[in-house]
Amino acid sequence: MIRFQNLRLGYDERTLIEHLSSEIGAGCLTALIGRNGTGKSTLLRAIAGIGTVQEGTISIDGEDISSLSAARMATLVAFVTTDKVRIANLRCRDVVALGRAPYTNWIGRMQDEDRLIVEQSLAAVGMSDYADKTMDRMSDGECQRIMIARALAQQTPIILLDEPTAFLDMPNRYELCTLLGQLAHDEGKCILFSTHELDIAISLCDSIALIAPPELHIMPTQEMVRSGHIERLFTAKQEQATNFVSNLFSAIKQ
Amino acid sequence: MQHRTTTLFTLLATMVVVLFALDIAVGSVNIPLSDIWAAFTGGECDPTKAKIIIDIRLLKAAVAILAGAALSVSGLQMQTLFRNPLAGPYVLGVSSGASLGVALFILGAPLMGVASSPLLSTLGIAGAAWIGAAGILAVVAAVSRRIKDIMVILILGMMIGSAVSAVVQVLQYLSNEESLKSFIVWTMGSLGDVSSSQLMLVAPAIVAGLAVAVAAIKPMNILLLGEAYARTMGLNIRRTRAMILLSTTLLAGTITAFCGPIGFIGLAIPHLSRMLFRSADHRILLPASALTGSVALLLCDIGSKLLALPVNTITALLGIPIVVWVVIRNKNIV
Repeated sequence: MIRFQNLRLGYDERTLIEHLSSEIGAGCLTALIGRNGTGKSTLLRAIAGIGTVQEGTISIDGEDISSLSAARMATLVAFVTTDKVRIANLRCRDVVALGRAPYTNWIGRMQDEDRLIVEQSLAAVGMSDYADKTMDRMSDGECQRIMIARALAQQTPIILLDEPTAFLDMPNRYELCTLLGQLAHDEGKCILFSTHELDIAISLCDSIALIAPPELHIMPTQEMVRSGHIERLFTAKQEQATNFVSNLFSAIKQ
Repeated sequence: MQHRTTTLFTLLATMVVVLFALDIAVGSVNIPLSDIWAAFTGGECDPTKAKIIIDIRLLKAAVAILAGAALSVSGLQMQTLFRNPLAGPYVLGVSSGASLGVALFILGAPLMGVASSPLLSTLGIAGAAWIGAAGILAVVAAVSRRIKDIMVILILGMMIGSAVSAVVQVLQYLSNEESLKSFIVWTMGSLGDVSSSQLMLVAPAIVAGLAVAVAAIKPMNILLLGEAYARTMGLNIRRTRAMILLSTTLLAGTITAFCGPIGFIGLAIPHLSRMLFRSADHRILLPASALTGSVALLLCDIGSKLLALPVNTITALLGIPIVVWVVIRNKNIV
C-alpha cells in the first residue's frame, strides 16, 4: 500500500529518519510511536504529500506520490491533523461534507450520492445525532470523531491521523482506537496514526511503526514487543520512565 | 434552515430596492418617489429634478450598492484567508495601502510634472490604489504565513496604517496647495465623488472582483478547516491565495480609490451576515454579505445626508458596536 524507498526526512541540516525502505499494508491499523521531536508528524505529513522529502520516494500502490497531483492525492490519502477546528455556525454535517470536496464540482454542489456518503460517515463514527450541532459546543472527543468522519467521507484507501488520542480520556482513547481498528479490518483501509499511548499501540494495533532515530522499524505488534525496540527507546535516561515502561510491560504480558 | 435563508435573501433584496429608491429621494432637496419613477420612465418631470435624479443621486446610490457589496465581500474573504475574525480591508491596512497609492499619485504627480487629463487621472488613481492595496496585502499575507498569532497581524495592520499616514503627511508637507486640497477632499470619503465616466471603470472592476470571489467560493469553504486540511483535500493553496488577493485588491482597492477610505463595513458586515444566516458556508455568506453590505451602505448614505455628516462617520458609528461584540465573543481566541 504505502512503500518507502531509501527515504530520508528532516529539516535543513537535521536528519530525522534515513535509509527507510519498508512497507505498510492495507487492511491494517498501524501505530506510529517514537519520542517527541523524532519525526512522527514529519513522516505523516510527507505521506500526505504536504511535507518535504529530502531523499528517496514514497509510493502508494506503486505510484510515486511526488508525481501525483494534489487532486489525485486527495482521493488516496485523508489526513486528520492536530489542528482544532472550532468554527461557529459550521454544523458537523457541513464539516463532514467538506470531505467530499475532491469529488464535487467548482462550487461544491453535493449530489445524492455525496449526501449518502456523508450520512454513512457520520454513522460509522457514531455521531449521526450530532449532525446538526456546531463544533464550537462539543467536547474534544466528539470533535475528533467528526474529523474522522470527514476523513472517511473523503473515501480514501489510506487514512493518517496525527495524535488522535491526545486530549482524550482513557475510555475515549480505547473507543477511538477500536473504531479505527474496525475501519481498517472491515473496509480494508490502511490506517496509520501517531500516538504516545504505548498500551493502546500494543493492545489494539495490528502493527507498530517505531522511530528510533534515525531508523524507522515497522513490524507486527507481537514481533515488535519481542524485539525489545520499545524498551530500548524509552529507557533513555530517566529511571522513572524505565520503571513505568517495564511495569506496563509486565502488566500487559500477564 | 432552508426556509430562513430564502426569507432572509428575499428580505435583503427587497431592502436594497426600497433603500435604493429612498436614497435617490432623500437629499438637500427631497424628491417624491412619483417624480423619480417619472424621471426613469421618461414621464412628466421637472427637468431640474430629472437632472438631479439621473446625474447625481442615481449615480451615488449605485456607487453605494457597489461599494457596500465590494467592501463586505473583501472583508469576508480576508477573514477566511487569514482565519481571523477581525480581518478586514481597513483593519489590515489594505485601505491604507490604497490611500498611500492615491496620495503618491495626487500629491506626487504634480511634483513630477505629469499632465493631468481626467482620463489619465482616473486610471492613475485606480492603478495607484490597486498597487498600494496589493503591496500591503502581499506583506500581510507573507507575515501571516509565518506568524499565526491573530494579534500580531492586527498590530502589523495598525502599524502599516500609521506608517502610511506618516508618509502621507510628509507628502502633504511637500506638495502644493491645489493638489493638497484635492487630496484632503479625497480622504474625507464620499460616495458622491464618483463621476459617471469613473463609474465606467469602477463598475467593471467591482464586477470582476466579485466574479473572482465567486470562483473562490469552494476553496474558501475548504480553507475553513485550515491550510493543512485544505492541502490534503486537493486544494491549490497558492492559486487560492492569489485569487483572494486579486479579488480583494480589485474590490477594496477600487472603492478606496474613488470613495476614499470607508471603515468598518468590510469588518462588520460579514459577521452580521453570519449572525443573520447562521451559516459558515460561503455559498450563502458571499451573496449574503454583498446584499447586507449594500443595504448597510445605502442606510449609511441616507443617514449621512439626513444628518449632514461624512459617510465615514456613520459607518464607524454603525460598525464599532459589531466589532466590539466580535472581540468580546472571541476573547478566548488568542
